[in-house]
Amino acid sequence: MALYSDKVMDHFRNPRNVGTIEDPSGVGEVGNTACGDIMKIYLKINDEEIIEDVKFETFGCGSAIASSSMATELIKGKHVSEAMELTNKAVAEALDGLPAHKMHCSVLAEEAIQAALEDYKSKKAQ
Amino acid sequence: MMKIYADNAATTAMSDTAINAMIPFMKEYFGNPSSLYSTGQVVAEALQNARERAAKCLGCEAREITFTSGGSEADNQAIVSAARIGEKKGKQHIISTAFEHHAVLHTLNKLEKEGFEVTLLDVHENGIVTPEQVKAAIRPDTCLVTIMYANNEIGSVQPIPEIGAVCKEMGVLFHTDAVQAAGHLHINVKEQNIDMLSLSGHKFHGPKGTGILYSAKTIPLTNIIEGGSQERGKRGGTENTAGIMGLVAALEEACGNIDAVTEKLIPLRDKLIAGLSEIPHSVLNGDRNHRLPSNVNFCFEGIEGESLLLFLDDLGISASSGSACTSGSLDPSHVLLAIGRVHDVAHGSLRLSIGENTTEEEIDYMIQSVKSVVERLRAMSPVWRDLQSGKREFIL
Repeated sequence: MALYSDKVMDHFRNPRNVGTIEDPSGVGEVGNTACGDIMKIYLKINDEEIIEDVKFETFGCGSAIASSSMATELIKGKHVSEAMELTNKAVAEALDGLPAHKMHCSVLAEEAIQAALEDYKSKKAQ
Repeated sequence: MMKIYADNAATTAMSDTAINAMIPFMKEYFGNPSSLYSTGQVVAEALQNARERAAKCLGCEAREITFTSGGSEADNQAIVSAARIGEKKGKQHIISTAFEHHAVLHTLNKLEKEGFEVTLLDVHENGIVTPEQVKAAIRPDTCLVTIMYANNEIGSVQPIPEIGAVCKEMGVLFHTDAVQAAGHLHINVKEQNIDMLSLSGHKFHGPKGTGILYSAKTIPLTNIIEGGSQERGKRGGTENTAGIMGLVAALEEACGNIDAVTEKLIPLRDKLIAGLSEIPHSVLNGDRNHRLPSNVNFCFEGIEGESLLLFLDDLGISASSGSACTSGSLDPSHVLLAIGRVHDVAHGSLRLSIGENTTEEEIDYMIQSVKSVVERLRAMSPVWRDLQSGKREFIL
């Protein structure tokens, strides 16, 4: 389908890091079923604050699934401070672009990562 | 890999009959029917002949046929014409339904801005309006009832002759958008009490960009396209002669095959419905019995329609969905919302519209493919996880 880039279709067909993590260091869920997209990110972060593992579950369209998959790839093995800087633009660019009306999917991916990192920080602060 | 086209409600492949009817009018019979020399007049005669044949298919007179650019133009012209007739008599109320095509709904919106009042009837969970509802909604100032013959998404077929009878009894004009029905269901405008009807050529193996507005001869039409004296002065522009020949050939062929095609499609449709009903937490949209022989429409809980379509496309199946992502807006299909499907569920819809070339083998393949894709998407859906863990309640 010409709607999406080959990269988007690759991450949609073969999504990386699908699933859940037991006892995660942080979990973030954004979106709602009314608008049609929900993303949930699970993080496993070690004592050096490195994201050792990351998994996602997504309810949504092709670009939502591809954006989640790409976002997890971009933060895997990274330091928390580095992951905090992930932008939706970086996700979209890594996917060789998204159609204009699908850019919100990359925003959702950024927000899901941020939410999971915030959850990690608040848990750590306790 | 199998290649299955299951989106015949969106458009159909042209039939050889339609294509062959068009070719001479792009080659030797290229003349302008408005010209007085023989090269033009031979086309004018063919056009008149096509008009008579189209009229025969619908049970009306040739002069009651207006060739248009498609169903949307016909819908626009029918509604605007009825509105202009109404307002002259001080009648500015129109009755329709919430699940009409946007060609109807957006025309009604425009009239509302001019001061018309529009009542949209409830279509119930089965997607059917009753004649009693229509009767109850008619007021002294009602100038038009416009209700689609069959719904384009969920395939529910309306009791058109009965609704037409109510309108006739109450003296109100009745228009029906028959874009999904023409060539698929038996239509006779006089017997079915229809004053105006719209149809589109490409829904029954004719060419795109062609359509018909039938309007009873007593109804003065308002132009949507101003121009020359073509179509009795009611639709300017040189006639799309080749297109009209293809349209009418396709209409004749389709109308002649209705019984045979229906007999073939119903068992295939029902097998597909039975197969997909096995998927847990799913629901058939549209009335189980009063539905187009070609239409199957389901909602599957916990998944989103666009990803379903993309995976089905990978498996060689062309289908459609009413999810927001496929419409380019944040709202799912207004049709699914009109039959009471909540957003959560409406996003996970799938329409498979089969055709006379669909085989039983293809039905089996579609059932198996949809099952596997739904399972795959549910496995990665946080909504499905919450439904299963009880954190979220099942709707279906």
